[in-house]
Amino acid sequence: MSHTTRTGEIHVPILARVEGEGALELRIAAGRIEELKLRIFEPPRLFEKLLEGRGPQDVIDSVARICGICPVAYQLSAVAAIESILGVTPTPWVEAMRRVMYCGEWLQSHSLHIHLLAAPDFLGYESAPAMARTYPDEVRRGLRLQGLGNEILRTFGGRSVHPVGVCPGGFFHAPEAATIEALREHLAEGLEEARALIAWTAGLPLPEDDQDFVSVSLRHPRDYPITAGRIVSDRGLDLDPADFAQRFREFQVPHSTALHARLDGHPYLVGPLARLNNNLDRLPAELRELLKELGIHFPSCNMFHSIVARAVEIHVAISEALRLTEGYAPAAEPRVEAPARGGVGFGCTEAPRGILWHRYALDDEARVLEARIVPPTSQNQARMEEDLVASLTRVGLDRDDDALRLHGEMVIRNYDPCISCATHFLDFHVLRK
Amino acid sequence: MTTASRRPRIAVHKFSSCDGCQLAFLNLGEPLLALAETVDILHFAEAGPVDEEAEVDIAFVEGSVATSQDAARLRGIRERSRYLVTIGACATAGGIQALRNLHDADEWVSGIYASPEQIDLLADSTPIAETVRVDLELWGCPVSGEQVLGATTAMLAGHLPRVDHSAVCLECKRQQAVCVMVAQGRPCMGPVTSTGCGAICPRFQRDCYACYGPAVQANVSALATHLAATGMPAGDIARRLLFINGHAEPFRSEGRDWQARVITRSGREEEPG
Repeated sequence: MSHTTRTGEIHVPILARVEGEGALELRIAAGRIEELKLRIFEPPRLFEKLLEGRGPQDVIDSVARICGICPVAYQLSAVAAIESILGVTPTPWVEAMRRVMYCGEWLQSHSLHIHLLAAPDFLGYESAPAMARTYPDEVRRGLRLQGLGNEILRTFGGRSVHPVGVCPGGFFHAPEAATIEALREHLAEGLEEARALIAWTAGLPLPEDDQDFVSVSLRHPRDYPITAGRIVSDRGLDLDPADFAQRFREFQVPHSTALHARLDGHPYLVGPLARLNNNLDRLPAELRELLKELGIHFPSCNMFHSIVARAVEIHVAISEALRLTEGYAPAAEPRVEAPARGGVGFGCTEAPRGILWHRYALDDEARVLEARIVPPTSQNQARMEEDLVASLTRVGLDRDDDALRLHGEMVIRNYDPCISCATHFLDFHVLRK
Repeated sequence: MTTASRRPRIAVHKFSSCDGCQLAFLNLGEPLLALAETVDILHFAEAGPVDEEAEVDIAFVEGSVATSQDAARLRGIRERSRYLVTIGACATAGGIQALRNLHDADEWVSGIYASPEQIDLLADSTPIAETVRVDLELWGCPVSGEQVLGATTAMLAGHLPRVDHSAVCLECKRQQAVCVMVAQGRPCMGPVTSTGCGAICPRFQRDCYACYGPAVQANVSALATHLAATGMPAGDIARRLLFINGHAEPFRSEGRDWQARVITRSGREEEPG
């Protein structure tokens, strides 16, 4: 078999260190990728149907169960849509504390991804515990940051997975001032660790692989986008979330139980790198200064810089949580009354992995008539396939199956695919003819 | 379970789920690294190691049986594992996705997918114990990390732990939480729901929604009758019972019973009578 005419099939039966179940299938013919499929075979759980007939609180508690790693994103996209239908405007205290809670999820999810899922790739380890033998301080710092995110989530939600605090109109419970004071001390320590983490990720041996892609994210008039904003791209898109369906289309492909999505017919990227690319001017001034000192430049079109973008967003999350809890006092009323009303509403927030769009139609008793949820991982599927074709070709299709499989998995992990969200994944096939 | 020749071996398997119960391990922090130093984790795809065929001392199973492939995979895991432990509501009770068991699942699939024939999905989502023998069930949506770690330690010491299935009410008393049912008239499921969560909902001034499954000797029908007496419509009572653990008895039978009392007229639910 000559290098230029390599043919055959590669099969990655289980992709490790991704959240969910899927596989990668690759068919190479005459030295070119003839077909590449990111197979997502996570069984669907039919959430959009099981929500029908349910009231607002059941929706909030149900959609959390779509994803154990980003339940708050689901709860807050849903509650935004529901509150818009019920005609409820949460108080500034609620708005601020929901943002703090969301920061906790970014912190937990990003830190888990950097240390337990992604970093072992760049340093050549099978897993984080294996990596911890050589990099004990770095792994422990990561686990502490993840723990800090979980502490924020517990403060507002009682537990970090499927928290119970959010209701239409606000929260069931306002944390005590003493609890927030203790949390703030941990956040201040975490901010120092986040600075060190950014420098560490920027120093990792990341492959150079610039590609042409469209970055899609929310954009807020003042803040780094988390809980609200318009949907924008770096190619001029600027859209009210209510008009999402006019430009974004979902469609089914035979090899995936997660629907694919396209923007005006083309793949696009959502997630930390896209968010950072589109919102550099919304970073806190101190953080911009830090990036300059470290010589880190964004926007970037190298997907491997996603790990640095996650570290930057960990810093954003901690400094935002600190800013918003300064002078904290528990609200006397952590929620406003939410009357039952019917109508159609939209919610779009920035889940750790990218924009998460919800649409609900409620009847006049505020029960769900129709629900539609577009998670970030299904939006990234087409981009992931496009990236894999380019990256694997660049690495060289004549490399052996193991090398291609490892590189393929590494490419996929940049997107932090959350397949239980999109439904799930893990498996790699290459067919060489 | 440690022998002179080798360390204990564990595996974490996933079926239909949200991955939230695997986080019971991934959120452990320092104890995760300690665990990795005392046992060999042979299969835990999300954390890195992949060897689905490995023979292990303890297999933790997350998720419910949901596709045509699942039962065969599960039987293989059972054969190769000394202890099989289910973690969470999906593995132990079929999960929230088991709500489809009460509906026409095909119709649901075609309500979401343009080409439903490409989707491999069983009509019912079922707990692991409906397919294979289970040694220990850890309930909860999500399972408690402390429970998982405690159970692991006990099993590594060679015995199966006892799990407390007393009602959330008892936990509220232990935690000195004010009863939300008595003080606020909230439709709390605490009297019939197993503890394990630490009574977080009542402590947050909200009613328990039964994510840890039925308590031992739960008198579900008495609670449902009480809720009806407070003016809760039959449809709401049914939805309260048929939720996260709706496939678990006695929630299932009682929930279906209340569901049957709902009369729907022009798309609206009406009370009988």
